[in-house]
Amino acid sequence: MTAPCRPATRSYPIAAAVALCALASAPATDCTAGTRQLATGGASTIEGSAGGGMVPWAVIAGYGSREEIGGSAFATRTDTGDYRMDVQGFALGFHNRVEFSFARQQLDLVKLGPALGLPGAHLDQDVIGLKVKLAGDVLYTPYPQIAFGVQYKRQREFLIPSVVGAKDDSGVDLYLSATKVFLAGAGGFNAFVNGTLRSTEANETGLLGFGGPDGSRHLEFEGSIGALFTRRFAVGMEYRTKSGNLEGLPEDDWKDIFVAWFPNRHFTVVLAYVDLGTVATLEDQTGWYVSVEGGL
Amino acid sequence: MHPTTRTVSHPVLSGRRITCSLATSVLSLALAACVPGNARQDDSLYQALGGPTGVDQLVEKLLDRCYADERIAFLFKNADRRDLHRLISEQFCAESGGPCTYTGRSMTEAHSGLQIGHAEFEAFVEDFTDAMEDVKLPYRTQNRMLKVFAPMQPEVVDQ
Repeated sequence: MTAPCRPATRSYPIAAAVALCALASAPATDCTAGTRQLATGGASTIEGSAGGGMVPWAVIAGYGSREEIGGSAFATRTDTGDYRMDVQGFALGFHNRVEFSFARQQLDLVKLGPALGLPGAHLDQDVIGLKVKLAGDVLYTPYPQIAFGVQYKRQREFLIPSVVGAKDDSGVDLYLSATKVFLAGAGGFNAFVNGTLRSTEANETGLLGFGGPDGSRHLEFEGSIGALFTRRFAVGMEYRTKSGNLEGLPEDDWKDIFVAWFPNRHFTVVLAYVDLGTVATLEDQTGWYVSVEGGL
Repeated sequence: MHPTTRTVSHPVLSGRRITCSLATSVLSLALAACVPGNARQDDSLYQALGGPTGVDQLVEKLLDRCYADERIAFLFKNADRRDLHRLISEQFCAESGGPCTYTGRSMTEAHSGLQIGHAEFEAFVEDFTDAMEDVKLPYRTQNRMLKVFAPMQPEVVDQ
């Protein structure tokens, strides 16, 4: 199995991941993929960390095992009609222990922009992530893989969040994740379960800044559950509690159901149906999420 | 690493667990293996593998893949393939609830000195899964086999 590494899409972060390939210290010198089993790198979340679609997991991005360096790059679009969010980013996994990630988010205020007299307005945020595996292995230990992560989030254009009352244009999320694959755990199919506890000051994950009149740091719970129905297809659902700090802009929990396709280690596609509830006064924000990812 | 100087006997999943301490996830199978004469044991996995013929074909495909896999082939260089085939078949049969006794060394002993890393172990697991696809085992049977053998990872790597 020596499939050559190649870019999966033309998104620029993927070029970065492919460049990384040249640096990878894999024992094979011909730029092969990492050797971890298919799908064990999870997918790319909208915040860049490896996980589901919106919940970070304890897995390290890409397919590098202890002796290797892996990574992934992705482009994601979420569209509820009233909002549209595009994210591009990448993650590097070092020796299946440490993950560094970057995501650039742009949320287009498709409906609110014109309503506020700001057609074309968007919210912009960068997320830099660091995750360290503390213990366990999703496949090989009886207990879950556990990781601690940090996400440094920074607004690139703070005007709108500041107008609605956000205190800071940057913030730090801290999270603890536990992820476990139960081989043959669901009627013979492989099941996976993830739980994440997050401490955050963010309003709408940071897209509306950090802190505000209603407080600052708070604790959130995020969970994912699902199963692989073939070696290359996974289905699952996610839930992410949210509570912001902005007056008059209460937040709803986010949920989604997803299908992920892992044809090989170099390419992943995730499709999801998301329910974001009320987002910045607009109710019933449901829509589609698609993520295209290249991995090593 | 100096693969050619490694002493290889049977470097893959080919050992019997002496104790049951690590076998919580496969308790019933492990008990069956550790308690001689345990009257009824679940042999449904063994049957799903196709009995002796199925196990034989699976091991043949597995070794085909391992010997052809440049990531791990060097681990098998000095191994006697017939010997390996017999021992792995015995182990697959015994661990899946079949009427066999594994006569090889323990997993840690069998891999002692090989210094198998995580990457090599992962490559083997991939070959194993591919071999199960080669012999057209249903996906759920593949998963049951992985469930039996995945917990042995710590006994194989870094020995």
